[in-house]
Amino acid sequence: MKGMTEIVKTISKLLAGLIFFYGIYIVLFGHLTPGGGFAGGVIISGAFILLIIANGIDEEKISRGKEKVGFLESSGIFLFWIISTVGLCMGTFFFLNFLGKGRPLNIFSAGTVPLCNIAIGIEVSAALCCIVIALILVKKGDKK
Amino acid sequence: MFVILILLMILMIAGAVVAIQSKDLLSAVICMGIVGFGLTLVFLILQAPDLAIVQIVVETLTLIILIAAILKTTMKESKVKKSAVVVYSGIATVILLIILAFILGDAFKGLPDFGCPDLRMSEYYIEQGLKKTGAANLVASVILDFRAYDTLGEATVLFTAVMGILAVLRRKGRKE
Repeated sequence: MKGMTEIVKTISKLLAGLIFFYGIYIVLFGHLTPGGGFAGGVIISGAFILLIIANGIDEEKISRGKEKVGFLESSGIFLFWIISTVGLCMGTFFFLNFLGKGRPLNIFSAGTVPLCNIAIGIEVSAALCCIVIALILVKKGDKK
Repeated sequence: MFVILILLMILMIAGAVVAIQSKDLLSAVICMGIVGFGLTLVFLILQAPDLAIVQIVVETLTLIILIAAILKTTMKESKVKKSAVVVYSGIATVILLIILAFILGDAFKGLPDFGCPDLRMSEYYIEQGLKKTGAANLVASVILDFRAYDTLGEATVLFTAVMGILAVLRRKGRKE
């Protein structure tokens, strides 16, 4: 696939960074404002999918990226499981909020909630990128 | 607000009916988009911004993927011949719908009224949420602290789904 016209390419390059940072904002402030790991993760993956679709598909680059994305996805879910089992290792219950509560309405507050948000954000964004990349690659593979 | 809500619901039902009936697959997908974005507006009117953000982003992504799939493959629906099976299944569907309407009519009588939810359990969350977890967003404190086990399962389901997709769409080790 060759990608779209020059106008679309330029505008998508300008917008992708903004969308990416908006997704990060939604993930990081998930415990204070509406949003959270799922919404932010989908927005982050949207930035990458926008770049892939607008700039055309370079098969080598994408199949190199696929392994990194797979690693990120696995590490995201692994982080979430670690956070959940820390409470068990400390001799109490599952999903213990083992960090301090902090002051409300502060970004460093609410204990493990922001950490869980970050882990879910990594997992969801990498998972959606992985699905799209797999769909693109299999279409190319069947043509030969 | 209530009138707008009902108008949106009617629009969504109309979009769903058109999506099923239309012969052109592209217009069917766009009508599905009407349902999704209408649902976003419904969430906003019912004051659930968390759900609205997720819904609008997921809807956009699925629309992009479906439209890309349709542009690459075919735009026309495959024709189904009308035979006796279609008539019998139609009659069976109507009978099933009537039975369901009776059962659901009984079930709806037991539900609380619209706009006055039953708050026996959630009152505790609303009062103690900020004190117990420190998260100012009550939704985050419920899904990641009180009910974090559900979220863990959800994230694991997504991970498993991606593993399945990668296994089905793999290139190495496939039989030709």
